[in-house]
Amino acid sequence: MTKIFTNDIKKVDLVVLGAGPAGVAAANVASKEGAEVVIIDENSSAGGQIYRAPPNEFQPQNSFKSDEFREGEKQRNLLENSNLTALFKHRVWSVSSDLVVSTVGPNGLSSWHARSLIIANGALERIIPFPGWTIPGVIGLAASTILLKSQYVLPGQSTVVAGCGPLLIAVANGIIKSGGKVSAIIDLNSKSDWIKAFPRLLSRPDQLFKGMSWFANIMKAGIKLYGGHAVTNTKQVDNVLRISIAPINSAGSILDSKNQKIVEGDCLAIGHGLFPSTEITRLLKAKHIYDPLKGGWVPLIDDDFRSSIPGVYIAGDATGISGAFSAVQKGRIAGMAAVRDLNVMSSQKYKAKIKSELIILKKNENFGKAAVRLMKFRPELIQTITSETIVCRCEDVFRSEIDEAIESGARDLNQLKAWTRCGMGPCQGRTCSEAIEAILASKVGSRELAGQWTGRTPLRPVPIEQIIGKYTYEDIPIPENAPL
Amino acid sequence: MEKFDVAVVGGGVMGCSTVLHLSRNQMRTIIIDSGALCSEASGTNAGTLTLNMTRAALIPYAIKGWELWNNTEKWLCGGVGTRKVNGLSLAFTEEEEELLFKRIEARQAMGAPIKFISGRKAQLLEPGLNDSVRSAAWCNKDGFTIAYLTGHAFRRALKQENVSVREYSKVNKIEIEKNYFKIIFENNEHLKAKRIVLAGGVWLEEMLNWLNVKIKIKCLINQLIITERMPTVMKTVLSIANGLLSLKQFDNGTVLIGGGWQGIGDKKRGGVESIPENLIGNIRLACHVIPKLCYGRMIRVWLGLEAETADALPIIGKIPGISNAYVIGSVHSGYASGPYMGWLLSQLIMEQEPEMPLFDPNRLINK
Repeated sequence: MTKIFTNDIKKVDLVVLGAGPAGVAAANVASKEGAEVVIIDENSSAGGQIYRAPPNEFQPQNSFKSDEFREGEKQRNLLENSNLTALFKHRVWSVSSDLVVSTVGPNGLSSWHARSLIIANGALERIIPFPGWTIPGVIGLAASTILLKSQYVLPGQSTVVAGCGPLLIAVANGIIKSGGKVSAIIDLNSKSDWIKAFPRLLSRPDQLFKGMSWFANIMKAGIKLYGGHAVTNTKQVDNVLRISIAPINSAGSILDSKNQKIVEGDCLAIGHGLFPSTEITRLLKAKHIYDPLKGGWVPLIDDDFRSSIPGVYIAGDATGISGAFSAVQKGRIAGMAAVRDLNVMSSQKYKAKIKSELIILKKNENFGKAAVRLMKFRPELIQTITSETIVCRCEDVFRSEIDEAIESGARDLNQLKAWTRCGMGPCQGRTCSEAIEAILASKVGSRELAGQWTGRTPLRPVPIEQIIGKYTYEDIPIPENAPL
Repeated sequence: MEKFDVAVVGGGVMGCSTVLHLSRNQMRTIIIDSGALCSEASGTNAGTLTLNMTRAALIPYAIKGWELWNNTEKWLCGGVGTRKVNGLSLAFTEEEEELLFKRIEARQAMGAPIKFISGRKAQLLEPGLNDSVRSAAWCNKDGFTIAYLTGHAFRRALKQENVSVREYSKVNKIEIEKNYFKIIFENNEHLKAKRIVLAGGVWLEEMLNWLNVKIKIKCLINQLIITERMPTVMKTVLSIANGLLSLKQFDNGTVLIGGGWQGIGDKKRGGVESIPENLIGNIRLACHVIPKLCYGRMIRVWLGLEAETADALPIIGKIPGISNAYVIGSVHSGYASGPYMGWLLSQLIMEQEPEMPLFDPNRLINK
């Protein structure tokens, strides 16, 4: 029989999933301590979403290099000059309970058997649907940052930037700085929400200053800012998006649906905050808790970032949204905890080293927590999902179908999926889970009661051609005959 | 205190069909499940309604089941997307051809309308087939349902018949009292019923244990793989001679690959994970049969549990030594014949002569 994998399963001390700030920090610290480390990412280089690198052909001139770009370069250089194995363009499609990590990369399938695993797969963007959210020209805030940062492309000629949190300001500023036009900013947060966040933001004055300078750019450009407003509808009329907005209260409830205003642009960049990515921890059946101040469902971890699964650690935003700065400390602590548990590092050394990390983490986390408050999910925002709105866009499942299923007795998320096909498409619920969970939770009482979708492989769709490789009929290990 | 004529423990196809017929005959009934109705094997199986993979002894039952699934409007609320298509079981080697021929004869003898056809003829019925196919077993009583819709359909039917449905309620034990069974839940609540039906799939061994009846039930962990929507690559239900493949494309373009390849799991933890060799082997076999399948993407793999007795035949009938207690389960390809099996058991419970013989559990009691 031909080998099923292009390579044998390679044994290694530590596998780190995700090469964003947390993953890179974890991998580096563990490798420096002498552990054999492999870091895997589906992108072509390190940096994660925040420090995403442009393609090689697109490298900017020095004068165009942003702080983020420079930070990303620093991390990429760190990896290059280390002893660890970095696998880019490798998609992890399976992680087994004995910590075998299966990937599909440019050379087909490969697998790694890890003694310990650090999951640093970051966050996903929450978008609460509204009529028109699936029409061309409507994109996520996170997607806009990818266009701006790595492709140097403006999301539109004239962009309406909507949603909440730091990304809102970052995208608006990014567009202005790149010479584009922002036609309006629609912020779920009101002025008083921002004022409340101010004291915590002071824990990182440098970042606060940066944010304020972005804000100043926005003001200077004379952009109309609607605080405490949500997008309720978007229609396309002759290549122009007509975007209806309405004032909301702090829970996200629309205050005055009759008093809607219209703003216009050819692109709507919208995002309602980030939530931790739990596909891998759900697959491993790790324990999770729902914590709105961490962005939503998070795997349960101890002080050293150990999950409920032996040998599995979580780092970065995957443990709860708190941003890129604290992700570095989370990564370093998880990395050190992993090598200590592997007896590569002594407990004494660990204790000594961890102290300073914790101090920095606390400071950065304070800043991150303020940012997370500004992105906190507002349960009543699901009002914008009218009956005729598509919720699951892979399978075209409408809100009315979700409501009907709940009405006829669906009580948990997996049942809702079976009855409506929501979450069954290629994205496997990454895009719609937040909205659908929130709708169900509003009926059954809580997110905990609504539950989570069962995690399954593959974590990403895998081309069948790559799975099967070259083979003959004799190579197929057909099991014994079924009974007659 | 609620009292029922019949309480069914286990809300899969077997339990749901049984209780549905009982309530239509004026019995006061309740069905209990630790999760949602039809959320285990009954909702996660491949939905195949084929005679080409059915055990010869069960062919007459499977034909009845096939008819019921094709006429859901007559007995079930709303459909489960049943499609009637041709079924082919294929042989690619000389040995497989021999096996195929033997199996066709055995199934024909039990009344299955299966015919032996050439590879060329099989390709006319299924143009997507690999050229190397030598011969096939062809059956026009074949097809599939969308298994995950089963719970929804049964739930509505049961509600319409005023069956009490108690989901997410784990039963801990059953005590026998004078004239009644006392069903005690995990949260210490309880209810009483004159008769009980145990229909707990792979968990039947533990359930029978409540009544001190010992029957070994093996738990198979069947792997299923689904692709993303793709252009039409096939239009029949396909299997291979030895029964280790089931392959079909749904109306929405997704292709489901199954066949009973095993994964890791057990009764306690359920399906835990697939075995890479089996995952890749199963997909290779599917792509060998329908070469164009390789252009699709795999989007989800899951594991469904299947119960099997020592002789791989069902247990349907009275629980030995205990009056008014019944059991139903361990039917090979049980989803397909399930609605009929449930109807047969309801006949027994209503003290009628079942239309076809049942499967006395007594033969399997560990004495």
